[in-house]
Amino acid sequence: MFTFIVRRLLQTIPVLIGVTILTFGMMRLIPGDPAQIMAGESASPEQIELTRERLGLNDPLPVQYMDYVTGIVTGDLGTSVRNGRPVSGEIAPRLRPTIELAFYSTLLSVLIGVTAGVIAAVRRGKLSDSLIMLFALFGLSMPNFWLGLMLIQYFAIGFDVGGINTGWFLASGWGTWQQMVLPVITLGTAGAAIIARMTRSSMLEVIDQDYIRTARAKGVKERVVVYRHALKNALIPVVTVVGLQFGALLGGAVLTETVFAINGLGRLMVDSINARDFPIVQSGVLVFAFLFVLVNIIVDILYGFLNKRIDLN
Amino acid sequence: MVKATDILDEQPILEVKDLQTSFFTEKFEVKAVDGVNFAVPKGKTLGIVGESGSGKSITSLSVLRLIQDPGKIKGGEILFKGENLLDKSEAQMRKIRGNEISMIFQEPMTSLNPVYTVGQQISEAYMIHQNMSKKEAMLRSTEMLELVGIPSPKQRVKQYPHELSGGMRQRVMIAMALACDPELLIADEPTTALDVTIQAQILELMKDLQDRLGMSIIMITHDLGVVAETCDYVAVMYMGKVVEYASVTDLFKNPKHPYTVGLLNSLPRHDVDLGDVELNVIKGSVPSPDNIPTGCRFAPRCPFASDICHEKLPHLEQSEEGNQIRCWIYTDEWDGDPEVNVNDQRST
Repeated sequence: MFTFIVRRLLQTIPVLIGVTILTFGMMRLIPGDPAQIMAGESASPEQIELTRERLGLNDPLPVQYMDYVTGIVTGDLGTSVRNGRPVSGEIAPRLRPTIELAFYSTLLSVLIGVTAGVIAAVRRGKLSDSLIMLFALFGLSMPNFWLGLMLIQYFAIGFDVGGINTGWFLASGWGTWQQMVLPVITLGTAGAAIIARMTRSSMLEVIDQDYIRTARAKGVKERVVVYRHALKNALIPVVTVVGLQFGALLGGAVLTETVFAINGLGRLMVDSINARDFPIVQSGVLVFAFLFVLVNIIVDILYGFLNKRIDLN
Repeated sequence: MVKATDILDEQPILEVKDLQTSFFTEKFEVKAVDGVNFAVPKGKTLGIVGESGSGKSITSLSVLRLIQDPGKIKGGEILFKGENLLDKSEAQMRKIRGNEISMIFQEPMTSLNPVYTVGQQISEAYMIHQNMSKKEAMLRSTEMLELVGIPSPKQRVKQYPHELSGGMRQRVMIAMALACDPELLIADEPTTALDVTIQAQILELMKDLQDRLGMSIIMITHDLGVVAETCDYVAVMYMGKVVEYASVTDLFKNPKHPYTVGLLNSLPRHDVDLGDVELNVIKGSVPSPDNIPTGCRFAPRCPFASDICHEKLPHLEQSEEGNQIRCWIYTDEWDGDPEVNVNDQRST
């Protein structure tokens, strides 16, 4: 197990190198002169030349790339164009809300998705199955910024139902649970829908397997048959989906943070794109890519725990 | 009507009377088991033989009430130690499954759960039925593996099914089925998916365990060789009905039903030189369930069939030896050749 984890971590090195090459290229591919952009619109030619020298843009590309990577490793991600502060200092405080948002949303989609999927599969063809699948389709088709706005309308601003105001939650910020509920629902809904559909089809496949009949013939209770014998097998493909889903979730976080005015990494990225603060955008992409790779390592390890036919070593 | 088992004084461990199990599609009902009768004497082995689709597996699953939607047991009685299992609640049935009546299946490769160890799966039976602790159950599981002849059981008990061969997995299935010392073991084609050498070992093991533990066995198979080797009594099934029920010696020496004769003829033989003769097969194939013949189910394929066979379904009748037969030839109503002898058709 330990060697598997170590090897899996080593395998991510080429991926991370690829990511740094892409983000490095991003800076060099933006239209116009980076030095001009970095120095600002009103800069004199001297200032631009100075900036160019300071950024090392006169060096050959491989040297620039090595400087960039060295910077990442030592925590030096450059400086913000807007306020001249170090990028790492800008990003660090923004990480926590985003990671929390992503984590709770994933948790919500897994809990709801798996439960709904199992119920739908066990009650195949019945009304509850049809309803769950209808909700799943609905959850999948709603754009999450729209869902966010609707939730704000009905549960933050609220309306009166028999003297009770439904504005129970807050529409902006991050930290208290009243602030967290709506964004987590907004971001988790699509994932819950995908996981529910995936769990249902996977359960239906597993429940017809010979070993399920064996368990029943042993005298195992139907509930235990479903949750212990069937679900553990059915989760194997679902876990893979959760990992891939995390990528979409990070994209969704950018929108959700904007809608709910959460000071997270996603919102910082949007603001920085608008302000053409490229060093921050570049580093933000890098952080998102790292997170995605990390989550998928965790998924791989979980997969190994679930599927005993995979030889971890 | 007198039963074949009345020759024995003891009450049979299992008696199935007029069992009917059907599968319901939107358009029609498929009668997979259509009025089946048989009895399993205590400590003996009953073989249920028939082609694919004859209803033998559905019969065995019905006994444990493991028929899943859209299937349904429509009627009849399943008397286990004199009590009708069809009257039991689901909770009562669970106490019987894997405890008093166990089952092993055809496909050892897919019948074990891939995500649990062999030991965990055997232990479950002990933990459900005998309230054992995890540790105690695991210890007993190891002993069971030893009993079914698995070498180094202490290591094997911690392994996952995919780490074992087909023969080993079937031994594990047997260990799991026998864990709680059942009175009746239902074996649904336990050797069909195995190599011939492994088949012999598994049958040998089952026989040996039967002698030691004294359980009764229902052996479901399409292989008459297996029947000859392991069974005391045989029920031959065709299209959801028992067509012949006899002791194994009578069946092989003096088969009564033309279908049984056909089955025996289609066995390849190595003891007699038949020269350059082709293997006998039963002509035609089993009719589809939505097109059941009106008379005797076997009439369209039967070389002896006369008018009455196509018109009316024969009853299951008692012969003088205590065997049962469902064929017009042995009744007063027979309208074909009065001198007919189905054994004339036998290839030897």
